[in-house]
Amino acid sequence: MAIPGWKRHDMTALPLKKLEAWRYTDLTPLAEINFSEAGLGVAPAALPDLGLPRAVFINGRYSHASTLPMPEFSPVHETGDLPLAQINAESAQAGLTIDVPDGVDAGAILLVSHASGEAPFAVHLRHRIHLGRGASLTIIDIAKGDGLYWHNPVMDIRLEAGAKLAHYRLQDESRAAFGLATIRAHIEAGAAYEHFSAIIGARLSRTEIHATLMGEEAAAHLNAVQLLNREQHGDFTTVVAHRAPCCASRQTVKSVLSGLARGVFQGRIEVDRIAQKTDGYQMSQALLLSEHAEMDIKPELKIYADDVKCSHGATIGALDEDQVFYLRSRGIPEAQARALLIRAFLDDALSAVRHVQARALFEAAIDTWWVSQ
Amino acid sequence: MSASMQELASAKYQYGFTTDILMEEFPRGLSEDIVRLISAKKSEPAWMLEWRLKAYRLWLRMEEPDWAHISHPPIDYNDLYYYAAPAREQPKSLDDVDPELLRTYEKLGIPLNERAALAGVAVDAVFDSVSVATTFRETLSKSGVIFCPLSEAVREYPELVRKYLGSVVPMHDNYFAALNSAVFSDGSFVYIPKGVRCPMELSTYFRINARNTGQFERTLIIADDEASVSYLEGCTAPMRDENQLHAAVVELVALDSAKIKYSTVQNWYPGDADGRGGIYNFVTKRGACRGRDSKISWTQVETGSAITWKYPSCVLLGEGSVGEFYSVALTNNHQQADTGTKMIHIGRNTTSTIISKGISAGKSDNTYRGLVKILASASGARNFTQCDSLLIGNECGAHTVPYIESRNASAKVEHEATTSKIAEDQLFYCRSRGLSQEDAVGLIVNGFCKDVLKELPMEFAVEAQKLLSVSLEGSVG
Repeated sequence: MAIPGWKRHDMTALPLKKLEAWRYTDLTPLAEINFSEAGLGVAPAALPDLGLPRAVFINGRYSHASTLPMPEFSPVHETGDLPLAQINAESAQAGLTIDVPDGVDAGAILLVSHASGEAPFAVHLRHRIHLGRGASLTIIDIAKGDGLYWHNPVMDIRLEAGAKLAHYRLQDESRAAFGLATIRAHIEAGAAYEHFSAIIGARLSRTEIHATLMGEEAAAHLNAVQLLNREQHGDFTTVVAHRAPCCASRQTVKSVLSGLARGVFQGRIEVDRIAQKTDGYQMSQALLLSEHAEMDIKPELKIYADDVKCSHGATIGALDEDQVFYLRSRGIPEAQARALLIRAFLDDALSAVRHVQARALFEAAIDTWWVSQ
Repeated sequence: MSASMQELASAKYQYGFTTDILMEEFPRGLSEDIVRLISAKKSEPAWMLEWRLKAYRLWLRMEEPDWAHISHPPIDYNDLYYYAAPAREQPKSLDDVDPELLRTYEKLGIPLNERAALAGVAVDAVFDSVSVATTFRETLSKSGVIFCPLSEAVREYPELVRKYLGSVVPMHDNYFAALNSAVFSDGSFVYIPKGVRCPMELSTYFRINARNTGQFERTLIIADDEASVSYLEGCTAPMRDENQLHAAVVELVALDSAKIKYSTVQNWYPGDADGRGGIYNFVTKRGACRGRDSKISWTQVETGSAITWKYPSCVLLGEGSVGEFYSVALTNNHQQADTGTKMIHIGRNTTSTIISKGISAGKSDNTYRGLVKILASASGARNFTQCDSLLIGNECGAHTVPYIESRNASAKVEHEATTSKIAEDQLFYCRSRGLSQEDAVGLIVNGFCKDVLKELPMEFAVEAQKLLSVSLEGSVG
């Protein structure tokens, strides 16, 4: 079945490496593939189910495995200037649309995107999340799949004053896939966007988050762990724009790289002239477990207000052999000692995930990754 | 702003005078003929002219870089004079130097006259396009040190110049380096032979005087095995309404166990309070630690120029080599600075340290841009970076753009950066002890920069501290 409105991708619209924002991630391998339309796909036997209301997209279409009613999908009017969001806008036919009314606590929901098929295909979902004043919601967002595909979701988030959104994302795409996710959050006064990403899958991935703090005392917490091996390339890019006074942003990003993997973190904090009393903090740390792994970090501060407190830190190194030795001298086998130290390393980022089921999901994913090493 | 402070602010650039002496200038504009003229003027050998022409043709095909956080009206490269020199014959000794020129340097506080020289500093003074005087040459030559204008070195030591010129900053490196390679008119050449510790500090003083003139000096310093040298550089220019271009290249080569310390106090005319005039300072500075355990240390205090575009870098090739970068960059009024460093770790056990302090005041923009790159071959490499920014007033900008790339698991890289303003309690403390607002800010800023200032040679450190306070005048209160 052909998707109505399907058109061939204009690969010349892809961002090139010579763009400063794309200097560490080269989409040439993606541009060389001729993506066809997605087949129907089959829902795997074991879809994630945390006993929560869920929305399931199989190969970009809303699946009857969902327990949430099928959302209305209105055409996309893309006004931003991000190339991937532009491409998404031209092709998106579905996505989660949620509107939580003022003052309502909508609890937690599960968003599952699954892709599988024979020939290379592309999936462009457009999710829209709106939380009214004082509303709250938790989204556990899982992306999985098999085979070679290109998942290019865009999530547009709007949080009215005092709203709280917790967004926990497990990117566990097929190891042959390209996973390029764009998340844009518009955060009004006193509202908070809490994000955590576990980036484990995909041959090449980029998670790009633009959080804009529009009202006083708005907050954005963008945390992530990247666990990459073999020839995986993972890119976590954030832009936090402080556009109002007294806002806070916190970021902790931890990367563990083995094999020939390459990790990227780019994090920009922008502080407008009006955004006095900004409190911005960012920490990015990477562990290189193998000789050929590579990490590139570009933390960036762009500051136009004087009464601010902004800082960032970055470290890249190997696992501390003294610490391994310490644990071994206390009778802990080497493999277990290393596992323990890596879990401890990741904990700073993971501890921000307070939702019990989400936390358990991430811990299981990390353990599975470690065992596969 | 009070009247007295206005006075201070306008009086702050004390090097803004001009010197009226007869100048010899080439026609405006840039062409192969101008390149040939410069080369002929310097009586250069054919290989040097070929080298220049190659660079010129390369430059014609290159584009001006646009990635820095700066903005300026387009530079008309055909509206500049590429060569200007005092019209007298090349002086044989200090006695031949135009007394007007000597007075100029005296006003600038530069000890050209050997009798009055500060103990232990040899000076090469570059006035617009040429080197006008080099002091203490005899003392230096006794220990085998060569310290002379580059144009002279091309004639006298061609084998050394040919071997090293362009080996650290190749002519195709960037737009401004290519331009410099084509039209550089003079600069300093230093060679420290094996095992020699340079008996005194060497210094170059750059002065742009002529109107509409670009200054393109080129400095080449080579420290042979186990040699060491400390080199100081200072710069000033008259106050003029137009912008003047300065595109210099500095190349440092350190062989086995050699040490080079390069200190700069950059005080080119920054333009007036409304951003009119000032120097466009597009400079390529790079050092290569080629030998084992060699060390190159850059220290810079950047207070001048309307635009600063400058990234003194170290290529750490030799095993165990060390690169250092200590920087204070202060911008006020409409100044724009985009400055930082690159540390390229290639050899095993190489280490680098970066300490950068940026201060923005007025309506200025101040960017730290730096790269730390650990290649796969650099096992055991180590880097520590600290970038702090201070904002004074809410019309300025402070930006930090570090690039950190590691391809070796045994390397350790640490980076930290902070941005803040002067704490009210610190100010209050100083004020309550009777300091004026300006003195208090000056004191706190000097404290903020202490880690860098202490790396400067003594005479420079004193000058730099004064310069910081002076440059901030008019920005507080």
